[in-house]
Amino acid sequence: MAAFTPPPLPSDDNRWKIVNGTMRKNGFARHALIETLHTVQQSFGYLDDDAIRFVARSLRVPLSQAYGVVTFYHYFNLKPPGRHTLTICAGTACYIKGADKLLADAEKKLGVKPGKTTGDGEVSLMMARCVGACSRAPVALCDNEVRGELTRAQMIEQLERWTVA
Amino acid sequence: MTIEELEQIAQSVRQENAKYDYEVNVCMDLACASQGSGKLKEELEKSAADSGKRILVRRTGCMGPCSHGPLVRIDPEERLYEHVPPAKAQRIVDSLGGAPIAELQCDLNEHFESQVRVVLENAGYIDPEKMDDYIARDGYKALLTVLLEMTPGGVIHRITESGLRGRGGGGYPTGLKWGTVAKAAGGVKYVVCNGDEGDPGAFMDRSVMEGDPHRVLEGMAIAAYAVGASKGFIYVRAEYPIAVSRLTTALREARRRGLLGNNIANTPFSFDVEIRLGAGAFVCGEETALIASIEGKRGTPRTRPPYPASSGLWGKPTLINNVETFANIAPIVRNGGKWFHDMGSERSKGTKVFALTGKIANTGLVEVPMGIKLREIIEKIGGGVPEGHTFKAVQTGGPSGGCIPAEMLDVGVSYDALLKMGSIMGSGGMIVMDDSSCMVNVARFFVEFCMTESCGKCIPCRAGTAQMHTLLTRISNGTGTLEDLELLEDLCVTVKEASLCGLGQTAPNPVLSTLKYFRNEYIEHIVNKRCPAGVCGMEAAAEVLA
Repeated sequence: MAAFTPPPLPSDDNRWKIVNGTMRKNGFARHALIETLHTVQQSFGYLDDDAIRFVARSLRVPLSQAYGVVTFYHYFNLKPPGRHTLTICAGTACYIKGADKLLADAEKKLGVKPGKTTGDGEVSLMMARCVGACSRAPVALCDNEVRGELTRAQMIEQLERWTVA
Repeated sequence: MTIEELEQIAQSVRQENAKYDYEVNVCMDLACASQGSGKLKEELEKSAADSGKRILVRRTGCMGPCSHGPLVRIDPEERLYEHVPPAKAQRIVDSLGGAPIAELQCDLNEHFESQVRVVLENAGYIDPEKMDDYIARDGYKALLTVLLEMTPGGVIHRITESGLRGRGGGGYPTGLKWGTVAKAAGGVKYVVCNGDEGDPGAFMDRSVMEGDPHRVLEGMAIAAYAVGASKGFIYVRAEYPIAVSRLTTALREARRRGLLGNNIANTPFSFDVEIRLGAGAFVCGEETALIASIEGKRGTPRTRPPYPASSGLWGKPTLINNVETFANIAPIVRNGGKWFHDMGSERSKGTKVFALTGKIANTGLVEVPMGIKLREIIEKIGGGVPEGHTFKAVQTGGPSGGCIPAEMLDVGVSYDALLKMGSIMGSGGMIVMDDSSCMVNVARFFVEFCMTESCGKCIPCRAGTAQMHTLLTRISNGTGTLEDLELLEDLCVTVKEASLCGLGQTAPNPVLSTLKYFRNEYIEHIVNKRCPAGVCGMEAAAEVLA
């Protein structure tokens, strides 16, 4: 049987080398699928069709299976994120302390539903299941910075700073 | 590495620490870090360097009462300061050797008094990225003792004798599980640590992995020796990037020191660990789904038996335990099974870490002996519900648990007692609710969570949770009827009994427990179209009436 040759990198973008590195580290084993998808998302911010195809072919996983995995897990995004991301924690402690109201206000302010990005590509509104900072509920991540005991005014101010700048 | 070498490292750390007159420990866990403890530590270091005093500034893991952060503890005096802004760094350094700073003093004697620290014994005392700090506090002593002086059977006997039960929530006796994997046929076996802390409102495992990562690795290595495995996996949520980075550092350090890898302590025992990232699926906390996820597949559970103990990861016998279970192993080996068995209640031994959150004065991490009354946790340790509101319920066990009302607060915390009350121990989330929370709304929140997180493999869970959600939505918008309530109860029983895995089997718990203790709230919504807590909008009912 001929030895398996992984497909060529989709382009000369250096980030593909990082993706390839994760697969090589795992010996191109099929079980490295989720690990590799994490690397793609870390490098590119999201998973597009080309990336999923490339990873599936490299790991010899049927495309349907790769796509199934991508859509099963909430952590993977199929669309590019905005320049800034507001992630509101939707865990129980945050909910009890009014995260649902924060979310409603953010939706109104940005004019988008959770999981979407504003038309100008500036801000993505996301929800997290729980970031584990429950003692400071309600919590939101402003571009990955943890903000505890977030008030409506603070959140709106942050959103305005992003949309004006 | 030998026990003598380990002792040498501990000795050199102690000598190094003895050079300092004061230790300033800064809590850098997520809650304190989000309030600027990083900047605070920098300022403290600057002031300490300029002061001429011999001061060690140390970063530590979670000290516990997060709502009082950023926290700083001064040793050897054991002074605890709360809400410390970076601007106070100079004052703190100046005050060393003199009187404490009154306005920063944290008076939480009641909070700490009833706590017993086993899992969190190092929290607030070691730098999580320094392996030597862990070794100086008896770290890896248990592993070397086990490898050099005990048989695998002896280790399992000790764990069985301790009475330790799985801390992930199920409460399966740990010794029994280890024994089953040890007896399973086959040369290749795996040890898996479940760090997919999916319960929203729980962060005990995050704190342990971030604050004391070596403790988890040591527990896993001891387990591997006992069951005959040479490869382990830690499955961590991708939402916990700091935990991943601390564990990565810990693994590298442990390998460098020869406490992981081939022929550990010059014995035939070899063991290494790999980290696997979760990707945001609650169902992956279920062991068979977790295994599927490590194999790179969709995290759907499968029927048991066969249990992972006989056929798990890649069909091999696999031991799966939770982070907190592994964190208990080293102290049990060091102090003996009896020591652990002496703590706790009749059938639940040892201590349990809870993440105390919600409408309570002292939020944060607490570790209490099993059997302690809920009232003591909430009123004494937690400081009670803030003024102006009254306690309504405490929620344990996350989406699989239930709401416990005020009249049950004098029950002691144990696996069996919580089950009897219609909740579960769960992984340790404890969310306090006051009179501003609506129980129908809370039930709907959890059912919505389970509906979104259902993997879709079995119909009772996939369709059942969706229908439950529809019924609860109707009740909370004011269009529900008494027939809906009857149907809801009926559906709860079906979903509970017919679902494939734990997610579905326990999804009705929040509904059933609120129906059991707060039925009047449901009736009020249905009959009088009124939400007693004023949470539900009753929009639809208003339209009908208009």
